[in-house]
Amino acid sequence: MAERPLSPFMKVVGIGPYRWAYTNTLSILHRVTGVALVAALLGLVIWLIGASFGRDSYDAFKPFFVSLPAKVVVSLALIALIYHFSTGLRHLAFDIGWGFEKTTARRTANLVIAAVVIVSALCLYLIFWRGTAP
Amino acid sequence: MSLRAPLAKALNHGSAHAGVHHWVVQRFSALALAPLSIWLVYQLLSLPDSDYHTVVGWVGNSWNPVLLSLLIVLAAWHAWLGLSIVIEDYVHTYLSKTLLLLLSAFLNGLIAASGVYAVLRIAIRSLR
Repeated sequence: MAERPLSPFMKVVGIGPYRWAYTNTLSILHRVTGVALVAALLGLVIWLIGASFGRDSYDAFKPFFVSLPAKVVVSLALIALIYHFSTGLRHLAFDIGWGFEKTTARRTANLVIAAVVIVSALCLYLIFWRGTAP
Repeated sequence: MSLRAPLAKALNHGSAHAGVHHWVVQRFSALALAPLSIWLVYQLLSLPDSDYHTVVGWVGNSWNPVLLSLLIVLAAWHAWLGLSIVIEDYVHTYLSKTLLLLLSAFLNGLIAASGVYAVLRIAIRSLR
């Protein structure tokens, strides 16, 4: 197995020229939410499998995912998705070479945070106050 | 002309030539997942309740099985690529790194296959 290269920042963590800035945290949270979303995808698939085996198996599952803790977990997964989506768009812009300037990067970081807060608040409102399923 | 040292060539060091493909697929799957995830969240939030008939009716409805299968496969693929990068960056022991990479590949393969299977089961049953 050939050694695959590490991401560039890994070579300088702790010792390198990188000073903390909130854009670092934004970037590491993109990874954290990405890993968390694998668990969310697993949950979605388990839900579908439960439904695919008929009414009885679905109803046996149901009390677990309509409970309040389940709603909280689903909401957290949704916020993780909204976050990963927004920062993902920002990273795609980086990939085509746009937005590397420090002022632009900070401005898009603020934009991402604002978008995540607004969209998350809207979704939480729909889930908890309007009582949308699941 | 190659600039690689003869020893490096003999030891088979150097690029595996798989990095660009990895990078490109991760970005393309992200581009495809962007509209698909908006669609999924919108659809789920629009369900009137989470009863069996509501959910099964939604999964089997018109093109929903296609979009759902596509979303699950692409998400599992994207997750496999992303998790690989995270594991390679943070786990440096050869054995645990290899085992975790295998585990992530198997888990995401299982998610993709069983997700598509579940969607097909529901969709085909709703045809009758």
